[in-house]
Amino acid sequence: MGGYYGSKNKTMEQHVLLRDVDVPNIREIDVYLAHDGYAAWRKALTTMKPDDVIAVVKDSGLRGRGGAGFPTGVKWGFIPKDVFPRYVVVNGDESEAGTFKDHQIIDGNPHQLIEGILLTCYAVQANVAYVYLRGEFYEPAKTLQRAIDEAYARGFVGKNVLGSGFDVDIHIHLGAGAYICGEETALLSSLEGQLGQPRLRPPFPAVQGLYAKPTVINNVETLANVPPIVLHGAQWYRQFGTEKSPGTKIFCVSGRVKRPGNYELPLGKYTIRELIEMAGGTIDNRPVKGVLPAGSSAPILPASALDTKLDYESLQAAGSILGSASFVILDDTVNIVWAARKMVRFFKHESCGKCTPCREGTYWGLRLYDKILSGHGTREDIDMIAEVASQMSGKCFCLLGEFATSPMLSTIKHFREEYEAFIAAHQGGRRNGYDDELIREGVIDEAGNLIVGHVGQKTAHHL
Amino acid sequence: MAELVNLTIDGISVRVPKGTLVVDAAKSVGIDIPVFCYHPKLKPVGMCRMCLVDIGTPKIDPATRQVVRDEKGQPVIVFGPKLTTACTTPVSEGMVVRTATEQVRAAREDVLEFLLASHPLDCPICDKGGECPLQNLTMAHGPTVSRFDYDLKFHNDKHVPLGDLIFLDRERCIQCGRCVRFQSEIADDPVLQFHDRGRGMEIVTFSDPPFDSYFGGNTTDICPVGALTTADFRFKARPWELKTTPSLCTHCAVGCNLALNTRLETKTGGYEIKRVMPRQNEQVNEIWICDKGRYVHHFTRAEDRLHYPLIRQDGKLVETTWEQALRIAADRLERPSAILVGDRIANEDAFLIAQFAKAIGAALEQRPALPAHYADVARAVGIGSDADFKQLGAGDVILVVNGDVEEEAPVWFLRLRQAVVDRGAKLIVAHHRSTKMHRYAAAIHRYEVGQAAKWAASQRADWLQGARNVLIVFGDEHLDGSSARALAQTLANWLILGGFAGKPNSGLLPLYPHANTQGVFDMLEHATRPANETTDTLWLVGVGADEPAPRANFIIVQDILLTERAKRADLVLPALSFAEREGTFTSGDRRVQRFYRALPPLGEAKPDWWIVQEIARRFELPWRYEAPAQIFAAIAQQVPRYAELSYERISRVEPQWPPMGREDLYYGGTVYDNTGGLGARYAADAERSALSPYDVHVPEPTLAGLERTPRLLYRDGELIRRSAVLRAHIVAEPLTA
Amino acid sequence: MEAHHLLREKRTSEIEAILAKYPPERKRSAIMPLLYLAQEEYGYCSPEAMREVAEILDLDPTEVKSIVGFYTMFFEHPVGKYVIDVCDDLPCALRGADQFVSHCERKLGIRAGQTTPDGKFTLRTVMCIAACDRAPVIQVNRVYHYDMTEEAFDRLVDALANENGTGEAPNEQKQGLDVL
Ligand SMILES: Cc1cc2nc3c(=O)[nH]c(=O)nc-3n(C[C@H](O)[C@H](O)[C@H](O)COP(=O)(O)O)c2cc1C
Ligand code: SF4
Ligand code: FES
Repeated sequence: MGGYYGSKNKTMEQHVLLRDVDVPNIREIDVYLAHDGYAAWRKALTTMKPDDVIAVVKDSGLRGRGGAGFPTGVKWGFIPKDVFPRYVVVNGDESEAGTFKDHQIIDGNPHQLIEGILLTCYAVQANVAYVYLRGEFYEPAKTLQRAIDEAYARGFVGKNVLGSGFDVDIHIHLGAGAYICGEETALLSSLEGQLGQPRLRPPFPAVQGLYAKPTVINNVETLANVPPIVLHGAQWYRQFGTEKSPGTKIFCVSGRVKRPGNYELPLGKYTIRELIEMAGGTIDNRPVKGVLPAGSSAPILPASALDTKLDYESLQAAGSILGSASFVILDDTVNIVWAARKMVRFFKHESCGKCTPCREGTYWGLRLYDKILSGHGTREDIDMIAEVASQMSGKCFCLLGEFATSPMLSTIKHFREEYEAFIAAHQGGRRNGYDDELIREGVIDEAGNLIVGHVGQKTAHHL
Repeated sequence: MAELVNLTIDGISVRVPKGTLVVDAAKSVGIDIPVFCYHPKLKPVGMCRMCLVDIGTPKIDPATRQVVRDEKGQPVIVFGPKLTTACTTPVSEGMVVRTATEQVRAAREDVLEFLLASHPLDCPICDKGGECPLQNLTMAHGPTVSRFDYDLKFHNDKHVPLGDLIFLDRERCIQCGRCVRFQSEIADDPVLQFHDRGRGMEIVTFSDPPFDSYFGGNTTDICPVGALTTADFRFKARPWELKTTPSLCTHCAVGCNLALNTRLETKTGGYEIKRVMPRQNEQVNEIWICDKGRYVHHFTRAEDRLHYPLIRQDGKLVETTWEQALRIAADRLERPSAILVGDRIANEDAFLIAQFAKAIGAALEQRPALPAHYADVARAVGIGSDADFKQLGAGDVILVVNGDVEEEAPVWFLRLRQAVVDRGAKLIVAHHRSTKMHRYAAAIHRYEVGQAAKWAASQRADWLQGARNVLIVFGDEHLDGSSARALAQTLANWLILGGFAGKPNSGLLPLYPHANTQGVFDMLEHATRPANETTDTLWLVGVGADEPAPRANFIIVQDILLTERAKRADLVLPALSFAEREGTFTSGDRRVQRFYRALPPLGEAKPDWWIVQEIARRFELPWRYEAPAQIFAAIAQQVPRYAELSYERISRVEPQWPPMGREDLYYGGTVYDNTGGLGARYAADAERSALSPYDVHVPEPTLAGLERTPRLLYRDGELIRRSAVLRAHIVAEPLTA
Repeated sequence: MEAHHLLREKRTSEIEAILAKYPPERKRSAIMPLLYLAQEEYGYCSPEAMREVAEILDLDPTEVKSIVGFYTMFFEHPVGKYVIDVCDDLPCALRGADQFVSHCERKLGIRAGQTTPDGKFTLRTVMCIAACDRAPVIQVNRVYHYDMTEEAFDRLVDALANENGTGEAPNEQKQGLDVL
């Protein structure tokens, strides 16, 4: 079994998802069973009809934890009647920069995920589930596979589960390094052995998903919520969170804080500032410069937004999104141009290439940042970056392209003076602290000159 | 009739069938929404984002499910916050599309600027320059200047051979994926794919052999930039220097419509074919042709084309005058003679030859000889005169017996495959070996080599029961004449007894060897008389080198090339090729179509009909035809099945969908435009009157036909050998059974 | 073209187990798992490896090449015995990943993207690998090493470099995929 990954931050009396914080070794099936493990599964199979499971999840108000926050029970309800087979696909691609919550669930509490998958299969009457994990989750995949094998051995998975007559299989499928495969339609293409590029919607996966069959696709964390909801009921679940954002949520905190890690909290109860405090405050207690609430994809929030409550609506009102709740904290030591370039580089690297605005826009965006960071930028380049972003915006095939505009537009919006100051201070290709990185990436040569006319510069780092 | 949907596009009311895409609906009323990745022959993908428009739909009251109306009673239209791709959105009732708003204009400019920012500036040397959708759309919708820094531009590999026929310029590629989709969706030969991702995404092939697909040339036509070019044409001419002449392909029974692009060559002092392109005919080849049809044309200007008549003197062939040659020919034909006629000559030529043979009592045979054993059956129970490949689909049965559709009639392979794969027709294949068609078959039958007729006779053919239409495609591979006839008759009987004979989309579809096998048969039919040992003079008109011929004392060869056969002749009469004259062919599905003169005559070579007429005049036959049109009028009078046809009728052009060519800015060059006529099918006998079943005599199969190679597309032959680009593709070894 | 059977000869049961996960008419789904397997047997996604996978799945080799080209974890060129992926994405970089990569380059004597001349190590920088709270973080042949320091890196590299030909390395470095 792979090495256990997880942070032990006790933020609740009893965690709903990160139960590995409360219960040592809950990833072992016997420990899990001793702590209500598979009780929800037994309950559903013996006392509930599939529609009852959908109903309780709908009532709980659970919203998708993969980023979009769509109500899970409602999504399950879209599965057309009378079309079989159906599939459940679990989104464990977890590739948004700064996100590492699914990683901990899979490694630390895999049986709760498995139980959630089983309940979902039952609810939508699917007999096969595929768990799509990012390729780098090779070790977590082994952990999960062992847990699945244990569950098979105990009769929770397989043919005629617990004598109910219901058959269900769970298979793991590993990706191989592509952020876009977290986007649900790209994930399905990838799982079908096609290029991991998004496809047209409609038809939506619920109607024509995997192998053109009705498919429910949910995030790992979303499904880990399902067993406690089924076991304890919708009302119990709603004691956490707000009316519109019920339940608990794992917040990934990273960047310039003393104790980065996963923090499970009821939605809407705390503010960003409090979250940072839980994470030990900033390194050297420096002032916060900005916060990325959902990794690179979300517009940056300036320090003035630190009192925003941690729920879907509040973050949206503040001008950003909750997304997958991956809070990357930047303090005043961080050069915003450099940070923005890192994020744009990410999207340039991860653009699938399918549509023009994203493919070209992320390329040109990065080239402009290259120019500025290497000390060859002009003030006009700042406007040009904003132009590129707005040239992309609203025109891309999928949301990745849209996400890519966030770091460009939001950092310029909040920190334009810093861009200008940087450009002024680094005129004429003056060497600065980024030489090593930029040489490594082929942006400048050893003498500090911008390398022009890339021939066949590839996006993926192919070896 | 499909359900119709009403919508408005830029204020114009449009009524189109349900399922139509907005981009096509707009095109139907003359509004061009710019596209790159979209192509009406391919499934939409919405990748390039060029076709973004503003789309609104009527607001629906969630409670009543009724359209919400304003105080004037007009439906309230809700527009989305973002623009939508017109190429992926089907029309819906009451939809309002705006293609001319400021937001749309700006979006087009934005997308074009992105595409151009990575595009090289080599239009002056690009093959596509002048007929390039990227150029055209940039003129129409693009920004005037690029704001991007040239130094930061992306550069990529140029002149990448994807095989020996197609080159790729990775820098010019705009990642529209049309080529990839053509190879996967249409040709089912996915040898082109994207590699890498993001800005690094590029076209690659990793197949073995690499990009060597029978239909590969079509990707260069639909590529909206000059990224894909053929080894044959690249850097040979600029599109605007080319003259376009409607023509036909002479190589198989499909009858693909071609456009010959010619140019005056100062070096050689004459016109040459620079390239062959498909000409749109939705009834025949849509906009596709196979690579053989595209690349074989070099024989028209081969070194050894015949320019003058040749006569054997002292054992050597020497030039002579027409006067002399015609006199000698006429003299020799006074003696017991036989005339063998190849099946690539025009109807007009064949008609005169038949009249002549009858008049002088000469023997007359068609070559290759095999199809003449069953062409009457194929014609009698042929598909209906209004048959339409596009209508074949769910409920229909397609039966392929003893033929290799991809090799023998490549474009029919595309059309039948789509009927099966895309529209759900049921395919049944019977053959002694595997063919590509087998991939799509719902059922497969096998028999021993040469046993097709016997196999057919043993079948109850109950799989035809309940079918909407039954199309039976059949070939003569490894059959002798009587087996081939028995096979055709058995298949015809299935149709007759099953009640399918005479139905428009049912019938037989024969896989003939050449473009005019049916036409030559139709013209020769009543004049045919087998040659025997008494032959003194043998006259071979366009007969292939490997065709058997009777012994004779004097051999006249009429051909376009100094073939091996011509080299051994006593008299050689130089004929013009299809590109230098006009005439008609009758395709395997009985469509009579015209081809036109694209090149000036070569030396003193003459059209076949002229040569025949001149010889006939020396026999005091009173012919004074000045052009094939006049001969065709005689055909219409004397060959009953052709009575309803005329040059006027077969030259007619009706608007076709999708509209290609003409003013079209983005689907392709003007070559697609069909100005030469769509042709017309004459009726199958079964359409005129009920047929009674044939009395079939199934012979014990002989193995005589066994030496014959299956009719592969790239089989060796006089013409293909003269095309440098195809020479390496010629199949040396016959396929073993 | 010469046929290649390395996988079919040596990994028969794994191939079967992989194919069994997907509906028979959808065996194209097995392309990524088979490529991982092929990468182990052939060392990287060599032309032969891609052709064998294509044969197993009835695909055109170009279709396999396309998949290999899309994903960063499939190698199209030979790589070192140990592929070291260092995350230098923003969250890690906020905790010193860039300096750490520079250290790795110095220690191995190569630039990121290169392989040591003895064929032992390949060093790459990668985008976020979902362990940002434990930065700097690396993966060696897909096995995580969290909370890296320059000293820890040196120790790890030395241990891997000195391992005397057994192929066994500390910390479960050996790949062993089961049927994932
Ligand atoms: C570019 C992009 C990347 C995404 N990455 C992930 C991911 O890594 N994990 C995930 O669960 N959802 C991801 N999503 C969201 C999924 O598309 C989808 O909304 C989610 O799997 C639905 O599950 P949920 O309803 O349980 O959240 C991504 C979306 C986009 C547009
Ligand atoms: S080569 Fe042409 S058709 Fe193919 S993707 Fe590039 S631009 Fe499109
Ligand atoms: S940024 Fe490095 S693991 Fe996330």
